[in-house]
Amino acid sequence: MLPKLFFGWFAFAIIALSVLVITRRNPVHSVMWMLLLFFQIASMYLFLNAEFIAAIQVIVYAGAILVLFLFVVLLLNLREELLANRFINAWPVGLVFAGAIFAGTLSAVVAFVPNFSGQYTVDVINRETHTKALGQLLYTDFLFPFEIASLILLIAIIGAIVLAKKRMRS
Amino acid sequence: MVPLNWYLMLSAAVFSIGVFGFLTRRNIIIMFMSVELMLNAVNISLVAFSHYLQDLRGQVLVFFIVTVAAAEAAIGLAIIIALFRNKATAHVDDMNEMKG
Repeated sequence: MLPKLFFGWFAFAIIALSVLVITRRNPVHSVMWMLLLFFQIASMYLFLNAEFIAAIQVIVYAGAILVLFLFVVLLLNLREELLANRFINAWPVGLVFAGAIFAGTLSAVVAFVPNFSGQYTVDVINRETHTKALGQLLYTDFLFPFEIASLILLIAIIGAIVLAKKRMRS
Repeated sequence: MVPLNWYLMLSAAVFSIGVFGFLTRRNIIIMFMSVELMLNAVNISLVAFSHYLQDLRGQVLVFFIVTVAAAEAAIGLAIIIALFRNKATAHVDDMNEMKG
């Protein structure tokens, strides 16, 4: 009973906060609601015994990505943006499209029963600690993707600098 | 014990909200945040699968998705700054230079 109550709270908070994120007129308010949303998602990861993922959710998403968003929103002057229409005129089409995606996914997952079980049970993870278990998997089976991820980050750094720097007048 | 389906339904709901936001808002920053919302929905379902199938590979995938999301945010926001420098607007309907 208690886990279901917790899940109900998380589900309610996550859905309500996502709706708030996409409906606010002012992007600063959206970013603030999204910060709250990321903390809710991180606590849901804790609820799922994934404490390392919860930590990187807070550090990377809430700490880095959202601060970047906030910087950009504050750098841009969005005065006239506050006067524009909030949604496009054809928003019912978007609603039907999103509702169709929701209905399609729901019909697929509603009868889903997990019947595969791997070796990482809750006891094993508690004995080994979650970060260590994840790190062992990451540095053995997923070593090559890990290196590619570092390359992606390097390209992102170079790309962001090249795109955002001022053009030299020659 | 909470069934796995509930998590998948929650993930589907958040993903649909992200799709709706991406399709109907025209502020480029909010559209970008809708994409982040969709990525987070996928992360929720991956962590839930990983917990219920007792396999950590789903969480390794979440790790990579967070990496790619960080790279995407950095490049996307740099593009927004470059666009804003040229057009002084964050409204995607005003950006139609490449329309044929």
